[in-house]
Amino acid sequence: MVTITLDTVSVDLGGRRVLSDVSATLKPGQLIGVLGPNGAGKSTLARAILGLVRTHGSVSIDGQALAGMAPAAVARRIAYLPQGQALHWPLSVERVVALGRLPHLAPMSRMAAADHAAVEAAMARVDVTGFRDRDATTLSGGERARVLLARALAQGASALVADEPLAALDPRHRIEVATLLRAEADAGRLVIVVLHDLSLAARMCDRLLLLDHGRLVADGAPATVLTPERLATVFGVRAWFGDGEGGPMIVPVGAV
Amino acid sequence: MTRLVWFLLFGCVLAAAVSLAVGPVPLGVDRFVAAFAGRDEVAATILFQLRLPRTVVALLVGAMLGVGGAALQGYLRNPLAEPAVLGASNGAALGAVVALYFGLAAVQPLALPILAVVGAMLALLLLFALAGRGESALTLILGGIAVSMLAGAGISLALNLSPNPFAAMEIATWLMGSLADRSMAHVWIALPCVATGTALLLYDGRALDALTLGEDGARALGVDLRRVRARVLLGIAIGVGGAVAVSGSIGFVGLIVPHFVRPWTDRSPSATLVPSALAGAMLLVLADAAVRAIPTPTELKLGVVTAMLGVPVFLIHLLRARRQW
Repeated sequence: MVTITLDTVSVDLGGRRVLSDVSATLKPGQLIGVLGPNGAGKSTLARAILGLVRTHGSVSIDGQALAGMAPAAVARRIAYLPQGQALHWPLSVERVVALGRLPHLAPMSRMAAADHAAVEAAMARVDVTGFRDRDATTLSGGERARVLLARALAQGASALVADEPLAALDPRHRIEVATLLRAEADAGRLVIVVLHDLSLAARMCDRLLLLDHGRLVADGAPATVLTPERLATVFGVRAWFGDGEGGPMIVPVGAV
Repeated sequence: MTRLVWFLLFGCVLAAAVSLAVGPVPLGVDRFVAAFAGRDEVAATILFQLRLPRTVVALLVGAMLGVGGAALQGYLRNPLAEPAVLGASNGAALGAVVALYFGLAAVQPLALPILAVVGAMLALLLLFALAGRGESALTLILGGIAVSMLAGAGISLALNLSPNPFAAMEIATWLMGSLADRSMAHVWIALPCVATGTALLLYDGRALDALTLGEDGARALGVDLRRVRARVLLGIAIGVGGAVAVSGSIGFVGLIVPHFVRPWTDRSPSATLVPSALAGAMLLVLADAAVRAIPTPTELKLGVVTAMLGVPVFLIHLLRARRQW
């Protein structure tokens, strides 16, 4: 189980500050949603947590500074599912998922039985076992998104950072993957998800981080973060708030 | 080991046997046996002093070009990559040309291969300086093209300023690539370079697989891209430098061989490395045997044959497979 601590984290990209002074302690067993308008710094925050961008301030994993850790040690603790993940060679679905085992393997070694088991389990959880032999580059957007999520799950890390994992999915798989992420958090893992769907964020997350222009403008339980005033100031929308089956519903109905 | 690797190993042995059997002096099975038994000194000289070193050098150079192409295609995530794109080949060629131009090769035969390896290393150092701290594949390709063109300009300068037509001819002939008159000394130059280069490239197979997910994807899987780049570039410079040093410029092998083996693998970069080395070795040995078997007034140059055979075969392959790489 890991705790990730962000201490006044700022990121400059191309001479522009895209994330400024974000501090938060992210604890295991929580499903944390990252919300904000386009360009608010959500993906940059995700990349900063993984150490993929240069940051001012510090990111630490269980009290250990990320900057001093070996890349493979980070990869064994935090899995990352980037937005719009590239696939440069036409590998089979199974081979793509197996890439998730890489942090656990020594160079030039073979996958052990435990690695194969992790790959099988990950494929079964996102319902892609049926097309394991297909070329992953020929899949539909939603199928491919599930395969790439399976790749991240196969990593067997105790934290998962997923950048818009639900964006390309059909309604059924959207619910299934949201349920899966919820189950991951309930199993004691730390799950950080970048989202755009306000209702889904309100219903599935324990805690929301709301970003605007690179700043953390709200941090807390969904009910306290997603207020009509914030939706107006941050997103520029009016929204309908309702109570649906299984949780609140927030539907943007017009621009402010 | 997979069935493909065994098949290619068998192919290499077969190709080597063909290469030992082909030459201006026809040797029958009886003289082969006599040579091995030490009863036929002429046959033994032809076999062990001439054909064997030539065959071994062809195996080594072919293997290096094959594995170098496969590793670079994986590393740069570009099916058109080959060792020449990083400037190592031209750097090595420039080193060799310097040896020829200043007549060092005539004084000390080993000066040429040694300067070729040095040339490849210098090209690599320049590339490192150009690419800087960035890890992007594009910077590396652009830097490689610049280094390659600079070395090419140096070669042209040597041809331009050569004191007499014979010196220019010597340089031009060497640049065409050939394995004629290679001795065991060449084997001992190529062997350590190719072994070191291949080992460095094979070590990073998994990292190359991870790069399928892009640079961020690979880093998030725990790949230290800076170290991978250092190993890949060093492996290419040492290996290809050593190979070019003993053979001259031989094109297309590094480009086409990975494309031939890829359909028989699971298409991941690591799976193409060893098969590409074996297929490259087999291809070059066969091409070198063809050079000797085809009757022409002057012996055909190996680099010419690989290009002439390579291009049409590559085009047919591309047309058949289109987007299948």
